[in-house]
Amino acid sequence: MSDVSFVRTDMLPEQDPPGSEVGAIGWLRHNLFSSWINGIVTLLSIYAIYFVLAGILPWVFQSVWNSGSLTECREIMTATWGQTHGHACWGVINERWLQLLFGFYPKELYGRPILSLVLLLVAITPILFNMISRRMNWFLLVLAFFVTAVLMDASVFVWILRAGFAGATLVIGYQLVTLSGADRAEQIAQGAKRLPNPLMFTAIYPFLMPWLMWGGTIWPAICTAFGFVIGYLVLRFGKAYMSELLTMIVAVAAAVIWWLVLSGYVSSGLSSVLPIGIEAVQSRQFGGFMLAILLGVVAIGCSLPIGVVLALGRQSDLVVVKFLCVGFIEFIRGVPLITLLFVASLLLNIFLPPGTNFDIILRVMIMMTFFSAAYMAEVIRGGLAALPRGQYEGADSLGLDYWQAQRLIIMPQALKVSIPGIVSTFIGIFKDTTLVSIIGLFDVIGLTQAIRADTSWNGIYWELFAFIAFLFFIVCFSMSRYSMYLERKLQTGHS
Amino acid sequence: MSELATARTIDRSKMQVSEEVAIEISNMNKWFGSFHVLRDINLTVNQGERIVIAGPSGSGKSTLIRCLNALEEHQQGKITVDGTVLSNDLKNIDKIRREVGMVFQHFNLFPHLTILENLTLAPIWVRKTPKKEAEETAMHFLEKVKIPEQALKYPGQLSGGQQQRVAIARSLCMKPRIMLFDEPTSALDPEMIKEVLDTMIELAEEGMTMLVVTHEMGFARQVANRVIFMDAGQIVEQNEPEEFFNNPKSERTKLFLSQILGH
Repeated sequence: MSDVSFVRTDMLPEQDPPGSEVGAIGWLRHNLFSSWINGIVTLLSIYAIYFVLAGILPWVFQSVWNSGSLTECREIMTATWGQTHGHACWGVINERWLQLLFGFYPKELYGRPILSLVLLLVAITPILFNMISRRMNWFLLVLAFFVTAVLMDASVFVWILRAGFAGATLVIGYQLVTLSGADRAEQIAQGAKRLPNPLMFTAIYPFLMPWLMWGGTIWPAICTAFGFVIGYLVLRFGKAYMSELLTMIVAVAAAVIWWLVLSGYVSSGLSSVLPIGIEAVQSRQFGGFMLAILLGVVAIGCSLPIGVVLALGRQSDLVVVKFLCVGFIEFIRGVPLITLLFVASLLLNIFLPPGTNFDIILRVMIMMTFFSAAYMAEVIRGGLAALPRGQYEGADSLGLDYWQAQRLIIMPQALKVSIPGIVSTFIGIFKDTTLVSIIGLFDVIGLTQAIRADTSWNGIYWELFAFIAFLFFIVCFSMSRYSMYLERKLQTGHS
Repeated sequence: MSELATARTIDRSKMQVSEEVAIEISNMNKWFGSFHVLRDINLTVNQGERIVIAGPSGSGKSTLIRCLNALEEHQQGKITVDGTVLSNDLKNIDKIRREVGMVFQHFNLFPHLTILENLTLAPIWVRKTPKKEAEETAMHFLEKVKIPEQALKYPGQLSGGQQQRVAIARSLCMKPRIMLFDEPTSALDPEMIKEVLDTMIELAEEGMTMLVVTHEMGFARQVANRVIFMDAGQIVEQNEPEEFFNNPKSERTKLFLSQILGH
């Protein structure tokens, strides 16, 4: 019988892997030529990529930028490269890019949508990135206002504004520059308590943006915001007199009554007494990529909270709530978006009382929000289903109530799981904004027809659609990258 | 299996049972649909008691203790926890849950929060404790379960035994008067069972009222003052551990003990 007992006396040292496994050669071997089939596929793929690029790249880069019409472009093309159409006529973009971006928005007011976009970025920064300090966020905000003040027509009032914003920019900017890395890390950890929360501006933005875009007096925006103040005040002080549920109902009712009945009179009254405002722009002048961003931002921003509420409602024990949520989701998902848009543009006028002026863009916004909220609800329901029951039980056993458990335990995890689906829905609804061209709004797609109606660009398709694709790709790709960043950031532990 | 894998001597002198009643269950019945899971349960637990509930799987032991903090709803009978009668009223339920800590088989820590945040969440939101104070309490209990250095990690980065000790600390941060343990060591490796049982023993030595569903018969023998044997949704036998293990009365208990201790 052999001796099976064995004791290791010395441990083996670690060794380097063989040379063919590491570095560039190792990578090529593993990924491109791991077997002869793989090698052939690699070579074929390289040829296919070459074939496609050989067609596209000359079209894109050997192109005509300076031409006032399609005919002129074709002449230049023939003179340069001979008898061929295989080159792009970017002259149309060169000439019409502002129109593609802004539609028929008045040229002298382009600054307003640009400022809205810049402020949008400032407003969503504290939501998207928590590693940016408060100081940085406020710096960006006052900088944006400072640049705006510099570009405004000069008057005494504007000079005061410029001086104020320049001072604020300098002060916050100086602190930002002089802050050492360690101090900054400390302040980010502390939430830089000395400055107010930049989310304040994020809360103001939804009221500021419509005013900047549509213009008119400032009172409708203030009156709309005041509805929320009323609701909040009722919620805050009503609890002393009523039960919690009743307070919530009264608060919502008070805000709705204010918006529907009173705020119209108040704002028009104030507007006639104190006409503080900027030049008004009509909804039919809106268009271009600006309209896509406007509709996309509103639909995205509103559909997430509504989707959360619908998803929770769908799981509710209250039969009526559950029934309403399921009905809403299934109805909206079961109907094409185009149908909803037609309802918004045509049918709604029939049902609304005569004389009500319900803005077409607002109607489209509501429909798009509903549409993406229904999809969002189902995506979030998927996230909720992925959570083990133990999470609910853990929260319950600690005595957290329903809303606390949802807000602190369930939603953060469910939303994290649903990030890919949520962002897909965002990207989808953003691209679907182009459908509004069908109901007569001049978004980018609608504008291509307007541009082709011009005799000098009659017959041009590829260049316009390539440009539009490029614009959408930038935004959608950014959203996709952001979602990947967010998933990495929220990754905790191995489980 | 029969002997508790711990070398420390257990100080039973501090484990005093008081006259005060902590939990009273009378004529409690529960059904899952048409399945009668708990049948006519009557049980009184005094403050400071350590009760181990044993029995084959499916006998209703987990369901019983889950009824005590209303994770499961009972259909008949009366449950009084710490002087409060359990009813459907949400405020009532939340009041009881604040006084009753629970430890689960699968820990149920919140994976998106750090250990410290897991511990301070309920005190801050339910008890409205200031954050700083809640963090101090949390660190105190983390030191008690001997993992203060893990405070800033996430649950997914800890071993099973460490996670379960965090779960115990999380319950303790609410300063509960009663602790429920639902098979706290069943999902753990043998090496980690010991560290969790040690924590539970310490808790028992401090006079905590404990109801423990477990298959750790060594723990039952050395720490419990009463062992309850359940089968088919009923309490079949209850006794002091010595009597229960050495001299079981019912045939069903004898069979269970021979199976669980026989190897």
